[in-house]
Amino acid sequence: MSAEKRNFVDEFESPDFYALDDLLTEEHKLIRSSVRDFVKKEITPYIEDWAEKNHFPEEIVKKFGEVGAFGPTIPTEYGGGGLDYTSYGLIMQEVERGDSGMRSTASVQGSLVMYPIYAYGSEEQKKKYLPKLASGEMLGCFGLTEPNHGSNPSGMETHFKDKGDHYLLNGAKMWISNSPYADVAVVWAKNEEGRIHGLIVERGMEGFSTPETHGKWSLRASCTGELVFSDVKVPKENLLPGKSGLGAPMGCLDKARYGIAWGAIGAAMDCYDSAKRYSLERVQFGKPIGAFQLVQKKLSEMLTEITKAQLLNWKLGKMMDEGKATTSQISMAKRNSVEVALNIAREARQIHGGMGITGEYPMMRHMMNLESVVTYEGTHDIHLLILGAEITGIPAFK
Amino acid sequence: MKILVCITHVPDTTSRIAFTDGDTKFDKNGVQFIIGPYDDYALARAVELKEQSGGSITVLNVGEAETEPTIRKALAIGADDAIRINAFPEDALFVAKQIAAVAKDGGFDLILMGRESIDFNGGQVHGMVGELLGIPSVSPVMTLDIDGDTAKISREIEGGKEYMELPLPFVAGCQEPIAEWKIPNMRGIMSARTKPLEVKDPTGDAPKTKVSKFELPPAKGDVKLVDPDNMDELVNLLKNEAKVI
Repeated sequence: MSAEKRNFVDEFESPDFYALDDLLTEEHKLIRSSVRDFVKKEITPYIEDWAEKNHFPEEIVKKFGEVGAFGPTIPTEYGGGGLDYTSYGLIMQEVERGDSGMRSTASVQGSLVMYPIYAYGSEEQKKKYLPKLASGEMLGCFGLTEPNHGSNPSGMETHFKDKGDHYLLNGAKMWISNSPYADVAVVWAKNEEGRIHGLIVERGMEGFSTPETHGKWSLRASCTGELVFSDVKVPKENLLPGKSGLGAPMGCLDKARYGIAWGAIGAAMDCYDSAKRYSLERVQFGKPIGAFQLVQKKLSEMLTEITKAQLLNWKLGKMMDEGKATTSQISMAKRNSVEVALNIAREARQIHGGMGITGEYPMMRHMMNLESVVTYEGTHDIHLLILGAEITGIPAFK
Repeated sequence: MKILVCITHVPDTTSRIAFTDGDTKFDKNGVQFIIGPYDDYALARAVELKEQSGGSITVLNVGEAETEPTIRKALAIGADDAIRINAFPEDALFVAKQIAAVAKDGGFDLILMGRESIDFNGGQVHGMVGELLGIPSVSPVMTLDIDGDTAKISREIEGGKEYMELPLPFVAGCQEPIAEWKIPNMRGIMSARTKPLEVKDPTGDAPKTKVSKFELPPAKGDVKLVDPDNMDELVNLLKNEAKVI
């Protein structure tokens, strides 16, 4: 499918009101500018068309691999970037500035597929899958959520039995980013004792199918589907040996949520940037609408929230590098960023007036995308409960 | 093939231009610096030539320590090593002499650079380097292919194109569409960390020119709209106010 290329100059620059670039290294800034150039070349000219047509551009997978957006923190010996978490955050920020669906494709591959194979996989599994996932030769997906178990993954029904020379996998997963195009799936399922394990399931295994989810009004440029397992024979060497229990998939989610904390602020920056430009170009009552106090209030609040979130993300990145970031700290940043981004998308849409509802500007697409982002990888409410449990010591999940 | 790519460290094309020190120096405050866009084309073509037939790329910049992030970007794009001549690039001849001093014994098959820098736009350095080394210099080169010891190039000339063949080595001032700009990837950025960047002292040549003053173009004036039915008013304004007829 060919995509219509929009003929416009993408002049996006990220706001840096508190000179936070001083906290970044020259290498961080080069990473950010390189990914920004990549997004300006490969994503923003086409994204409105892809989203409008509900089209996943399969060719972007190889391109993400070439630029190094898959698994930037995975060591170079396995094909990763060997970079720190601030670099990973900046990459996600720039990609999601382009589109949350594109960022979903990249962060599922890096945090939810490559990370568990790297952290919990055998040496053979790492060598077999990681270089191909890093280069984009393979696309992966992550199967945790089920039709009846979203916020409560420990209740999962997908299970496998030991059949001597293989495992027999049955069950279904839902709301799985990348699934219709994935070559490989990291699937979480219970063994006969009810213990959760990760299994690597490959496309082509008998009884394994990946039906696409249709009718989405969100993340329309990324592909979403189900994973259906009907007596799938999984070789024993495909079980991730390094970790079991719910903590294993939750460890992956920590990495992905960290990426979302940066990514959502990328979407917020895009909306703010567009609103700032529009408010200076659009003239009403003989002056730019940016001259009116209520528009200035909106822009000021947007910049304030972006700046606060930038600081939160930067410090979280430092703690991730030191191995000190906790799940609840990551929850706070993910929840904060998505809320900030959703509010900014809505306010920016208002500043654009009627034009704001068209695909000429990015706000409606970001806003619709963010409705998924506020729900997946721990809903907005679940993150509050994670924080609540941290504060009080009393989990309110059950 | 051994290629030398000379790069400039210039303000981003969208920068706000201002001057300091009595309008004799460019105001760097808040300005983002990039690889000169024409030099970036030269570097991109060098990377393609290396991919086709092997060899090495050395990147050279005449500049003070602040240019090193720009040099690291060139290494991330695909250069193998870098040399920085530790001096402010005062004028074209001064820069050309620094490049010639490096190239003289370097055994380079090709010396590529942009057709001009986008800060002072002199467009003289490639010609001077060729003269100093006693080898051909061509510019602006729009295509460049190598066949053994010979290069085939095309060059933009007034109202058309010129196709040439010339022996290696030579100097080329490059411009689009010689290659597409390359975006560094994360692996390139990582590997650039450890690629050698040698800092050399400049030759003893003193710059021969000195900037006495920079001046910005006059600010755009207000627009006056004249009713199409009132041609007399238009003629009057053009004649008496704009003084163009």
